[in-house]
Amino acid sequence: MGGLPAGKVEPTEHDYEEWERRVDALMILLSGVQGHKKLMTVDELRKNIEALPSDAYERMSYYERWVTSITQTMIQRGVITTEELGRKMAEIEKRD
Amino acid sequence: MKETGSYQPYSYFQLMEVSLRELLVEKGIVTEAQVAATVEDMRSRSPERGARVVARAWVDRSFRERLLENGSHACEELGLDVPALKLVVVENTPAVHNMVVCTLCSCYPRMLLGIPPDWYKSRNYRSRAVREPRAVLSEFGLQLNIKTKIRVHDSTADMRYLVLPMRPAGTEGWSEGRLAATVTRDCMIGVAVPKPN
Amino acid sequence: MIEPRFKPGDQVRVRKTYPLGHIRTPFYIRGHSGVVERICGAFGNPEELAQMRSGEPRQPLYRVRFRQQEVWPAYQGNAEDVLEVEIFQHWLE
Repeated sequence: MGGLPAGKVEPTEHDYEEWERRVDALMILLSGVQGHKKLMTVDELRKNIEALPSDAYERMSYYERWVTSITQTMIQRGVITTEELGRKMAEIEKRD
Repeated sequence: MKETGSYQPYSYFQLMEVSLRELLVEKGIVTEAQVAATVEDMRSRSPERGARVVARAWVDRSFRERLLENGSHACEELGLDVPALKLVVVENTPAVHNMVVCTLCSCYPRMLLGIPPDWYKSRNYRSRAVREPRAVLSEFGLQLNIKTKIRVHDSTADMRYLVLPMRPAGTEGWSEGRLAATVTRDCMIGVAVPKPN
Repeated sequence: MIEPRFKPGDQVRVRKTYPLGHIRTPFYIRGHSGVVERICGAFGNPEELAQMRSGEPRQPLYRVRFRQQEVWPAYQGNAEDVLEVEIFQHWLE
C-alpha cells in the first residue's frame, strides 16, 4: 500500500468498543503472547486479511476485518468447523 | 456475554465475535476470564509508559545509550513489561527527524504504548507517510525545516519502532514526571514534537 | 538458521519479482537499491508462517536504508531524506 495516491490523513481516533477489545484480546491469546498456547500466527492473521475482497476496506472496519480473519484462520486450522460456527451463530441469534 | 445497556441486535461481526469466543471457551482453548484479563491488560498499556522511557532517556545519558542499543531491555529496566516486543528506538536530533509507519498493516509497539490510533492504521497515512512524509507532517501541524533530514521507518517485519524526540528547550531542571507529560503518543510515532507546557 | 550474507554498509538491491502469497516486502521497494543499516537478527519466514508452516530455517532480517529520491521519481524534500525498511535476506541481492 505504500506510495499509492491517497487523501489527507484525518487524525481520527475512537474509543474502542468492548467487542473490539475482545477481538484484540483473542488475537493476543491465540498467537501465544504471554505464555498462552499458540494456535495461530500474526502472519496468518495478515494473510487472511489480505485475502478479503478488495472492497473490505470500505465495507469493514479494522476489527471487523480482524474477527473475520481470526475466525477464518481457526477454520483453516481445524480448531472450529464451519458447521459449528453456523450452529453457534444461529443459537446466539435466538437468545433473548 | 451480551452487550449491556439499551437493546441493540448484534451486527454480523459482533455475532461472529461472540460465536467464536463461545466456541473457543467450550473447547477449552480460552476462558472468559482470560479474555477479560487480556482486555484489561491491553487497556492498561498506554502512551504514558513510552513517555516515561523518553523522560528517563532525557535525564540519564547512559540509559539513553542503552535504550538506543536495545529498546526492549531498557523498557524492562524501568519495570515496563513488553512481552515479545523487539523495540528499536530512533533518536531525533537537530539534523534528523524520525517518523514511523507500517505500510503493510498496522504494526506498532503495542505492548509498550497500547492500541494504535485509527489514523495510524488508515490507508491515507500508510500510503503517504513513505512517499511524502513532509506533506503528511504538515497536515499534523509539524513544519520541518528543509535542512532537517527525515528518516521514515516502515515496520515491515519483526521490529517495532519508537521515536525518541528531542527534549524541548526551556525544561531545564524539570522532574521526570513533568518531562514525561510533554511527550504525547504522536511524538513517539514522529508526527509531533514535545512542547513545554 | 541461514547464515547472513550481508553486513552493515553493504549495497543491496531488492529483487523485482511479484509472486503470490503473503509477502512482507512492499511493492514500492522492489527493484530499488539501498544500504544495509543493520542486521536485525534471524526470524521465521513470514511467507511460510502465513501458510501454517514452521518458517524454519530462520532467515536473516536486515534494515535497509534507501534514499527517497531514488525510490520516488517526484520526491520533494531534502536530498538526504531516507526510508528504512526491514527486508528478509532472500529478497536481497
